[in-house]
Amino acid sequence: MRAMVYRGPYKVRVEEKDVPVVEHPNDAIVRVTLAAICGSDLHLYHGMMPDTRVGMTFGHEFIGVVEDVGSSVVNLKRGDRVMVPFNIFCGTCWFCARGLYSNCHNVNPNATAVGGIYGYSHTCGGYDGGQAEYVRVPFADVGPTVIPEWMDDEDAVMLTDALATGYFGAQLGDIVEGDVVVVFGAGPVGLFAAKSAWLMGAGRVIVIDHLEYRLAKARTFAHAETYNFTEYDDIVVHMKKITDHLGADVAIDAVGAEADGNLTQHVTAAKLKLQGGSPVALNWAIDSVRKGGTISVMGAYGPMFSAVKFGDALNKGLTLRMNQCPVKRQWPRLFEHIRNGYLKPSDIVTHRIPLEHIAEGYHIFSAKLDDCIKPLIVPSGT
Amino acid sequence: MAYTSERPPRAESSDDLRARIPGWGVDLDPKDRPSVPKLRIQEDRTGAHWEFPERQEEKWPRERSTEHKFLTPVFGTSCPPHGISGAMRRFAYRKYSEARAAHWLLLLAADRVDAGEQHLRSLLTTRPDNPITQTGVRSEVFAHGISARIGRKRADVRHHPLDPIIVAAPWVVAAGLVVKTVRSVRRRRR
Ligand SMILES: NC(=O)c1ccc[n+]([C@@H]2O[C@H](COP(=O)([O-])OP(=O)(O)OC[C@H]3O[C@@H](n4cnc5c(N)ncnc54)[C@H](O)[C@@H]3O)[C@@H](O)[C@H]2O)c1
Ligand SMILES: [Zn+2]
Ligand SMILES: [Zn+2]
Repeated sequence: MRAMVYRGPYKVRVEEKDVPVVEHPNDAIVRVTLAAICGSDLHLYHGMMPDTRVGMTFGHEFIGVVEDVGSSVVNLKRGDRVMVPFNIFCGTCWFCARGLYSNCHNVNPNATAVGGIYGYSHTCGGYDGGQAEYVRVPFADVGPTVIPEWMDDEDAVMLTDALATGYFGAQLGDIVEGDVVVVFGAGPVGLFAAKSAWLMGAGRVIVIDHLEYRLAKARTFAHAETYNFTEYDDIVVHMKKITDHLGADVAIDAVGAEADGNLTQHVTAAKLKLQGGSPVALNWAIDSVRKGGTISVMGAYGPMFSAVKFGDALNKGLTLRMNQCPVKRQWPRLFEHIRNGYLKPSDIVTHRIPLEHIAEGYHIFSAKLDDCIKPLIVPSGT
Repeated sequence: MAYTSERPPRAESSDDLRARIPGWGVDLDPKDRPSVPKLRIQEDRTGAHWEFPERQEEKWPRERSTEHKFLTPVFGTSCPPHGISGAMRRFAYRKYSEARAAHWLLLLAADRVDAGEQHLRSLLTTRPDNPITQTGVRSEVFAHGISARIGRKRADVRHHPLDPIIVAAPWVVAAGLVVKTVRSVRRRRR
């Protein structure tokens, strides 16, 4: 089969690989019909996540058709069209039993501090991902769901991560009616978080980024008030000015490990790998939110330490909430929202790239060329 | 405005917002939010029908965190460790817990060694690594790399010039090693 393969920082290619086989009685093999590149993949692509091995296939956002199932699979059969959450999870460990699917204890031997994720380095379990023609899907009875008849493929693939994560991020903000919510980052996760904040009753939604085309999308798609941080000497002071010098009630970090805005932070983290991530957006969030406010961190950081302004968070009495998104837990409610027309996730898709051209896809998304917001990957066979 | 006990009035009332934004407030009640509260027993076990999953066969000694009691019943089988990078990785897993910086720094170092090993190995195949096609830089032309960066108030263009250095580093190091080896072989012959 054809599959995307990592060749070292900033380098990927498409290779001929063996079709994956059932390795556990509850595995399924899924033929991928549509996949996507996530902002998280960029952290791997840039060589930031420890134990990212040359030869691994990335991709944790994908949908497809069940091609084969293991002997114990009862909920899926050959030919089912399925959407697969980015988390790999068992359904019965202490964490899964309580709905923390992203923190499953039974799927990642390499680390206890993170669950299992498709195509996301060995630190997340060493599974190959879905930017390929076929993928092994463990715990087929637990993770995947048959795509409802009425749902578009592009909406389904957005539900496997980006939309679910943005929606989850807004929930962790514990928004109450009328709250001022500021979202750092106008990528897919930030756009969906901003949109979701309204569903939870926000009174004002502000989005910060430095890419004008993405801020434009935040205004139209997410009805947000937007600011380009490069236009302000100090974005934190500006945030205070526009919130009566109290600060926002809730801040959401939808940027993560490669945040810009402070060259030292960015270079030490993203280029030199001396810290787990560049916490520029997180620090701005800590300083922009009001005392007693809440910060929801959706941006991903590496397992090493990062230079976070923890003292300010303490002195301000902030609540910091965060996790990888437990995707499947969000689905029933998000299906309703899509059906009711409150959300149209595929509206943020900008590129549909054949698998064979995935190297260009990564570069365009990474360097933010061609007004790229969300690139989808179309496998060769489809 | 002085610092008083109320926020100034909102610019837009809830009714205005409901009229302007599709779905405004449908999840106002925390009970409708799927991840509230954080811990919630999932009665359906999302389809699982076991107390503890069956164990996947371990086909080679699978590296694992010292913080785990045992090898998890299911695990990924992509890219088994090999070569010098593999030895470094196995050592990092065996020796240091996730709590130790040494664990992660060794793994990061192994990633760099792995890339070097694989670049060299690829030179012996019919498909050597090709920095032009693999970095996707050709998209700079058809995706208008220059106009995407100029006059756009972007904060990231300042460090974009560092990327080619990171890409070129393994090739430069490899070329250096080759030159060095050739020289020392010549010297020994003389
Ligand atoms: N928690 C989860 O489950 C989960 C799931 C998906 C993605 N993520 C993470 O969420 C983050 C965003 O993902 P994405 O797909 O939207 O990525 P993306 O790269 O498309 O978006 C990031 C955006 O942040 C902007 N940005 C950079 N520095 C900034 C700053 N200082 N302030 C404000 N904006 C800034 C960038 O210009 C970009 O538009 C990534 O770190 C990703 O790993 C987490
Ligand atoms: Zn993701
Ligand atoms: Zn579990």
